Amino acid sequence: MSDARPVPLRAAPARPLRGLYGRLTIRQKQIAWAWAFLAVPVLFYTIIRFYPTGNAILISFQDWNLLGERTWTGLENYRVMFADPVFWKVFVNTFEYLIIGTPVSLVVSFFIAYHLDKARFAHGFLRMLYFLPFMTSAVAMAWVWRWFYQPVPIGLFNNFLAQFGIPQIAFLNSTTNALPAILAPAIWAGLGFQIIIFMAGLRAIPTNYYEAARIDGVGNWTILTQITIPLLRPTIVFIVVFSSIGFLRIFDHVFNMTHNNPGGPLNSTKPLVLMIYETAFTNFNMGYAAAQTVVLFVILLIVSLIQLRLLRSD
Amino acid sequence: MTRRPLAAMLAGSAMALTANAGTAQVEIEYWQYFFDARVTAMEQLIEGFEAENEGITVTMTTFPYADYRTKVAAAIPAGEGPDVVQLFYGWLNDYIEADLIQPLPTDAFPPEEIDETFFPMVQAMKRDGAYYALPTAVRSLALFYNERLLEEAGVEPPTNLDEMIEVAKATTETDNAGNVTQVGITTGMTAQDHHWFREVLVRQFGGEPYLDDYRTVNWDSEAGLAALEFYAGLEKDHGVTASGFMDEPQAAFKAGRAAMHIDGSFRIGSLADIRGLNWGVTELPAGPDGTEANYSSYWVNAITTKAEGERYDAAVRFMEFVTSDEAMQTWLDVVGELPAKPSVGMTEENAGDDVYGPFIRGLENARTTEFVNESAQRQVLVDMVARTDIEGQPLAESLAQAAEEEQAIIDAYYAE
Repeated sequence: MSDARPVPLRAAPARPLRGLYGRLTIRQKQIAWAWAFLAVPVLFYTIIRFYPTGNAILISFQDWNLLGERTWTGLENYRVMFADPVFWKVFVNTFEYLIIGTPVSLVVSFFIAYHLDKARFAHGFLRMLYFLPFMTSAVAMAWVWRWFYQPVPIGLFNNFLAQFGIPQIAFLNSTTNALPAILAPAIWAGLGFQIIIFMAGLRAIPTNYYEAARIDGVGNWTILTQITIPLLRPTIVFIVVFSSIGFLRIFDHVFNMTHNNPGGPLNSTKPLVLMIYETAFTNFNMGYAAAQTVVLFVILLIVSLIQLRLLRSD
Repeated sequence: MTRRPLAAMLAGSAMALTANAGTAQVEIEYWQYFFDARVTAMEQLIEGFEAENEGITVTMTTFPYADYRTKVAAAIPAGEGPDVVQLFYGWLNDYIEADLIQPLPTDAFPPEEIDETFFPMVQAMKRDGAYYALPTAVRSLALFYNERLLEEAGVEPPTNLDEMIEVAKATTETDNAGNVTQVGITTGMTAQDHHWFREVLVRQFGGEPYLDDYRTVNWDSEAGLAALEFYAGLEKDHGVTASGFMDEPQAAFKAGRAAMHIDGSFRIGSLADIRGLNWGVTELPAGPDGTEANYSSYWVNAITTKAEGERYDAAVRFMEFVTSDEAMQTWLDVVGELPAKPSVGMTEENAGDDVYGPFIRGLENARTTEFVNESAQRQVLVDMVARTDIEGQPLAESLAQAAEEEQAIIDAYYAE
């Protein structure tokens, strides 16, 4: 038995490791394995999402032109931003996109979904027609609409007006018309998605409510306001959250429709995301752009929190 | 089409002689942004350079324009990337400040000699007595005209601003409702007109657009107001143009709906391919007192701080090669960009060329605006015209506001 002694000694270095795992309970082992698998998405999110977010917040306190050293400037970027009239103009524009875009798209998509739901003839085809713009590239769509809006002789709408001797409308070359003109195709593009969600919501309402209402002899309007809309509440909240975030982040339609004078004329159509893009990649003022990003982040956070609160009170 | 070696030119450089003595293989890297014709031209130049300089190989890397600056900025400090790099003239200050490029050696590139042999606007590349970068080719402005429309109206291409208005009046067409359906001349500050305004119109009306090496805005003056009145008057008084007509000025000209169009030499290539469009080029119209002026911009090559030792020597020789007369001729032939030296540009053949001639002749009076942020400074002029056009702000007021805005951009840049 004397030569049995060296064996545990030799095995000793490996033992604590194996022992550590061996000593775990089954539940602890499950947790260890769960974390081993979770580590992949956790790492992914840390590196791809949280690190850049943190870095952006850091850059917002610095001065950096992409080429040289980053220098610490404290709150200077924020001071410049809050004193910049263009920033406030852009801030208002961003909310105009939200405040006009969300209700209009909500009402229009509900109206279409409500009637489409009742249509039996060519139902699938009609639904496809409404969904098609959602699948179209926003860039291509923006350019086509940009041409629609041109003055005579190439603009579709103005050519039409001119044929009847009606004065031309300055759609894009106007500080008042340009924002709604750009918003219209953006709403139209998002409609298909909202209609599909609404229709799914409508189908999910049990038919026996409607049957009961019919037996009681209730009119269409009462059914709509007392049964359909209240029961659609989760769907409506979802669409409001979803489209609000979309309109707050509007970029491609504006950028492509005002390509030669981005966000113009006179900044009347510039949303926050476009301002961030310009500050960062044409002015190379990364610190200032990061400060604007932080503001956008805070706005989106607040809007989402309010809407989540609304969802929860269901 | 083979180019003769440039032995004579290179022999003048002591640097070249020492590098010739060694036979070791040196590899240097050249970066530019991707533009088809430029890549082809540079490939030809590299081939010629390598044939002449045994032992040196040049590798060219190209990037899409959008990524270019970021890549350069990340690579050079890390000791990677190019030994010779291409950059826009307006980025020079940023590149020097970020320590990305080094001055060209004064023995191989004597500043006095460059002052003399290059077109004068290249002097914008000089800092503290040394050149940091040099162009192979430059661009300038000229007046494109639609031959068919001018012929139909029975008018000749204009030589001064008054004639230009007359030609424009003769070629403008409107429908019954008074909508312009064909413009006499295109306008749009978003295109090249902001250069035309700054460096050409302001000077032609007797002003000096900037003072103190472009650090003080000086076009908020009588001359500036006269220039703006002339420019805005094209649409407001004479009705020979419409802002935003057919979306983009060059689109209107390409479609044959504009009789005249001011644009840069880089437009030649895309106009050459339009079927059924007969166009000609003439020099920019002279001012009321006959003053001629022009604007020139260019891309330059520079040696980066990464290049050291024998790579530095090779980079110097490569720079000498790409700024030689022969390289400029190749660039004109392949890319259609104008030579940066009068010795190449002002040859009878080049300066007398129907297409390139007006641009090349314009270079003699050309100036280069030292922008601190070209797109922001352009936006100032875009907004200046938009305020008067859309919001009805008086010209003088809008001019003063714009000058103030541009001064603020310049001050913010130099304050750092």
